[in-house]
Amino acid sequence: MRIRCELVIFGGSAGSLQVLINILPQIKLPIPFAIVIVVHRKNSYDTVLEDLIALKTLIPMEYVEDKSKLQPGVLYIAPSDYHMLFEDKNNIALDGSEKVNYSRPSIDVSFESAAFVFREQLVGILLSGANADGTFGLQMIQEKGGITIVQKPETAEVSYMPQFAVLNANPDFIFNEEEIVTFLNSNI
Amino acid sequence: MIEELELETLINEVYEHYGFDFGNYSKASLKRRVDRLYQMDGFSHFHEFLHRIQTDEKYYKRMIEEITVNVTEMFRDPVFYSVLRNEIIPFLAPKPFIRIWHAGCSTGEEVFSMAILLKELGLLHKSLLYATDINASVLETAKKGIFPLRMMKQYSENYLASGGTEDFSSYYSANFNIVKFNPELSEKMVFSQHNLVSDTSFNEFDLILCRNVLIYFNNDLQSRAIKLFDDSLSVLGFLALGSKETIKYTQGDSKFVQLRKEKIWRKIQ
Repeated sequence: MRIRCELVIFGGSAGSLQVLINILPQIKLPIPFAIVIVVHRKNSYDTVLEDLIALKTLIPMEYVEDKSKLQPGVLYIAPSDYHMLFEDKNNIALDGSEKVNYSRPSIDVSFESAAFVFREQLVGILLSGANADGTFGLQMIQEKGGITIVQKPETAEVSYMPQFAVLNANPDFIFNEEEIVTFLNSNI
Repeated sequence: MIEELELETLINEVYEHYGFDFGNYSKASLKRRVDRLYQMDGFSHFHEFLHRIQTDEKYYKRMIEEITVNVTEMFRDPVFYSVLRNEIIPFLAPKPFIRIWHAGCSTGEEVFSMAILLKELGLLHKSLLYATDINASVLETAKKGIFPLRMMKQYSENYLASGGTEDFSSYYSANFNIVKFNPELSEKMVFSQHNLVSDTSFNEFDLILCRNVLIYFNNDLQSRAIKLFDDSLSVLGFLALGSKETIKYTQGDSKFVQLRKEKIWRKIQ
């Protein structure tokens, strides 16, 4: 079964970068949906994370600024020290308000905003990490009709975040890396 | 959680009752701020919330204050401050008088950072720092120059990373859990309420800082603000925005050139 999806959004923290580096190059091009990555990152002015991920994948990437356009087939990474929101399906908006779950960017904040804008045309994927960020966001995605996927906690370098989501967000799928890739390549 | 239609209703009602127009704010962040207030104040039905805003002017004021984001730091983004210190301010140094506007100054941390910078460059005595915000209560905090002691470790690190060479703690005196910045720093500051959405230009400046304010506006309102800054800048004056803000989606951007990768633009015509 193929689902119509306009955005795939990844959330992750400690231990998630390696998973992304493994998954992203295996996604078949051209990609019919936009990809957004929200990972907890140090508050810094630089773009080391963007540069690293750009090196590892052929997916076109755009550096996110306030009111950047969101386009299918393109990869976006939430910048440090801002929450990343969706003004509508084609426009990103940034927000500098209080940290959520000790984090800015916060996964919950982006997942919730995406859920309201993309509704059932959204897939949210939560990866390895060490805090509870992301679970509430997955609940929001589910409530609005989107699909929720959590990395199998025993395959995560840090299992707390996916485990917390499995226990509290009743995700549609609990996948290892390979299954995530297969799902993205064959079901969307 | 407020639904999209409810947000529209709220925007319209606030405009009709109080004349304040949130219509050109970024919907995504406005929704978050309204949700936050709604939950914080324990409302369970949107119509109760709306009724309270319509009938209780004090509560309306609270709403305005809570909706505006007041997250700020001293020497936030140290690289930005090192560019100010080493490239922008020295350019302004020969002027007989330096006028700077902090638009959306919140609780004043950036204004005090600027005063420290100017003092160290020997320019504070001939500078004027205008600091404005839409929110009257944050301006009261800013005027006092009193900040929480627990923030000083971070601010001191930012200060050193931005190229500061003095002992940061020499700029304030600590008392229990607060610090008060030396009064000489605030001598050249003028605080006043100003709304970027509806107010006009009030002076001409050599440098305008408006960091992480425009992100809350949509493109139309951003264009209005950039026009206001254009009207308020001398030719060859500088405009500084937040680290992920840009003027490229706004009208009037052709009058400015960007300084390399920094979020600093120079008015060229």
